[in-house]
Amino acid sequence: MEIFILRRVLYAVPILLGVSIVIFGLVQLSPGDVADLLIPPEAPKEVAEQLRQKFGLDRPVYEQYLLWLGNLLQGDLGVSIFSNQPVLGSLTSAIGNTMKLAVPAAILGFALGIILGALAAVGRGGWLDKLLSGIAITGVSLPHYWVGIVLVAIFSVTYNVLPAQGMGPGGVPTGWEQIKHLILPVVTLSLIPMGVVSRLVRASVLEIINQEFITTLHAKGLLSGRVLLHIAKNAAPSVLAVMGLQFGYLLGGSILVETVFNWPGSGNLMNLAIFRRDVPVLSATILALATLFVLINILVDVLQALIDPRMRR
Amino acid sequence: MRFQLQRSWRQALLTASVAVLGAGLAAQAQAGGTLRIAMTASDVPTTTGMPNNGYEGMRFLGYPVFESLTLWDLSSADNLADIRPGLAESWTQNADEPTKWTFKLRKGVAFHDGSPFNADAAIWNLERYYNVDSPQFETQGSAITRARNPNIESWRKIDDHTLEITTNVQLSYFPYLLPYVLFSSPAQFEKVGSDWAAFANNPSGTGPFKITDFKPRISVSLAKNADYWDESRVPKLDGIELYPMPEATTRLSALRSGQVDWIEVPPPDAIPSIKNAGFNIVTNSYPHVWPWVLNMAKEDSPFRDKRVRQAANYCIDRDGMTELLNGTAEPALGFFKKAGAQFGSPENAYGFDPEKAKALLAEAGYGPDKPVQAKVMISTSGSGQMLPLPMNEYLQQTLAQCNIAIDFEVVEWGTMLVAFRNDPTGPQSMGADAMNISLVSSDISQMARWFWSGNMTPNGSNWGHFQNEEFDRLLGEIQVSTDQAEIDTKIARLNEILVDEAPWLWIVHDLNPRAMSDKVTGFVSAQSWFQDFTTVDLE
Repeated sequence: MEIFILRRVLYAVPILLGVSIVIFGLVQLSPGDVADLLIPPEAPKEVAEQLRQKFGLDRPVYEQYLLWLGNLLQGDLGVSIFSNQPVLGSLTSAIGNTMKLAVPAAILGFALGIILGALAAVGRGGWLDKLLSGIAITGVSLPHYWVGIVLVAIFSVTYNVLPAQGMGPGGVPTGWEQIKHLILPVVTLSLIPMGVVSRLVRASVLEIINQEFITTLHAKGLLSGRVLLHIAKNAAPSVLAVMGLQFGYLLGGSILVETVFNWPGSGNLMNLAIFRRDVPVLSATILALATLFVLINILVDVLQALIDPRMRR
Repeated sequence: MRFQLQRSWRQALLTASVAVLGAGLAAQAQAGGTLRIAMTASDVPTTTGMPNNGYEGMRFLGYPVFESLTLWDLSSADNLADIRPGLAESWTQNADEPTKWTFKLRKGVAFHDGSPFNADAAIWNLERYYNVDSPQFETQGSAITRARNPNIESWRKIDDHTLEITTNVQLSYFPYLLPYVLFSSPAQFEKVGSDWAAFANNPSGTGPFKITDFKPRISVSLAKNADYWDESRVPKLDGIELYPMPEATTRLSALRSGQVDWIEVPPPDAIPSIKNAGFNIVTNSYPHVWPWVLNMAKEDSPFRDKRVRQAANYCIDRDGMTELLNGTAEPALGFFKKAGAQFGSPENAYGFDPEKAKALLAEAGYGPDKPVQAKVMISTSGSGQMLPLPMNEYLQQTLAQCNIAIDFEVVEWGTMLVAFRNDPTGPQSMGADAMNISLVSSDISQMARWFWSGNMTPNGSNWGHFQNEEFDRLLGEIQVSTDQAEIDTKIARLNEILVDEAPWLWIVHDLNPRAMSDKVTGFVSAQSWFQDFTTVDLE
């Protein structure tokens, strides 16, 4: 098992290196450099040159990349070209803010998805299946920024019981003042994972129920609870893989949901950096999110291998 | 006796209650409260004393906190805002050497950290912006300041409260460029370790508000500066909380749910419902133009022909456009507004006249069989861009009636800024024959920025490469004149030239809508991109 984990971690290194090259290359492809955007033409060329020198933009692209990578390995993510603030502080704050939404949204979405999917499979073909499948499909199909706006219109504007935007006092959500700011964005964000997981659980459970070993387990006289445990164990690897992906997407921060709720998370930070051509912020954010994604996938791989020994091969 | 005693107890209790309640109310009335404002900016503007995020940054984190030698007079809603003495009490242009200006600095002014404002502090700030080798040089702040005021060449301390500044050219309107050079505290900069990032977290200016808390991308808190040097402008409010909220629907929800008291630029289609819900909509004229800047450098641009430019100006329904915008804009007929003396008497009074437009196009060789074909670069959003997509679609439809076929190159705001700062025939402009970009029209310095032939991109902001001999000559004469009456007459003539030569498609002036709770009182909507928050109060 240790070798399996080590191998998975080592695989991540070339993946992240590749990601870093792609990020840097794509940023270079966008029209104009940040000096064009930040410095109006009336400003003397010496100011533009100073800015380019300060951020190394006057060097060849490969040198800029190596310099960036070298600093990165020493934990230096650079300074934002626009705000002049250290990128590390902005990034950790943004990812922390996104976590505050992503973790509860994942818990809510996955829990509901598993329950609804399992109930739909058990009541296959009946009214319960149709109702729960309808809910799942609706969750996946509705644009979640639209759902966010509708929730705000109902709960904030019409009934004024929940805040329309922002994080409130911030910090770790322990009191009602912080929690009430979480409710609408968390519900909005949980819809897609709920729908996706629910559909997958239903399909997996149905597939397993129809397999011969389940008939054998029943024939051997196993109690329903024990049979359910076998079903869950067999369905878990595929469901876990999808849950890992969904959690990765949530950590990336939804630009749209964060925009609707004015939530200063990682999606919001990335969006700002794209529009400003703020290369240090953009590169660091994408790389951090890619790293998180890779780590989550490693974790899912390990969990799958723990549940299903065939995966270790 | 007992009754009397009871009555006196009751009276005493009542009196005490009233006194306590009264004191409470008085305290509340004096407190002013904290005004919560949702800005359209996507981030908190920088807090070093030269905010980014364009003029919205200057509006909220420029003038309320930091000041300059001259300031905008924002006290009236009835006239275009002019400049007034700021940290300089008075100034004179040297008669013998007109590039030299002498400023008498205001005495008794202190930065928020308590250090004094004097000639040394002013020079320290000029070094910060204009001397790339100074230890306090601030690249980002310098870029913004020098773009708006590129003419400061050198400076000299005459005494503690007298400063001399020399400009690189003789410039009669130099005092109008000075509000864009804001002063921060040298003592505070040193105290935080001579680092602008650290200063941004603990800034210090001389303005009526102090920055007390700065959370990037979340909010910034301002508190009243009770020791402000101008006692008549000590804020009524205790403080202001500013939130960046780029999404119009989010701002609207925040206002409607009571999370903020004031939002910038409510969506025009929501204005009737905002009013019905008991909120106030405040609009006023201000020096903003929403035009198409026409490309006269591109060889095959149809707008090289003046008749085509004029025809396009005769073929847009400006009244229809203002109706589309629910009255949050007014028709633009030139660079300056028609109601002002600076508008002059141009030959062309543009209205919606498709027949006249078609006649002009026929003269230029265009008609139903050979329509004008033009590509216009438009943005999806951006500072001052209003509602670019529906507004441009509306123009496309009306211009089609006059045989002008418009295609759009839709780009994001940053891409448009890059194009606007480069050659109009360069790849950044993507072959556009015009660009829809909103621009400032506050005074002659801005007019020079957009239309003087010496300011053609990529060395200036005349993107369309407009060139007119009379315009350039008159502008030169204005720059060296010291006769204000002559300057005013010539400025009006410049506007006449711009209307008749039509280097821009004059479309609308924004009316700067804001929505606010009825608790907000005392706000005077100045005819400016900037506003004075010292008069604002909360009931």
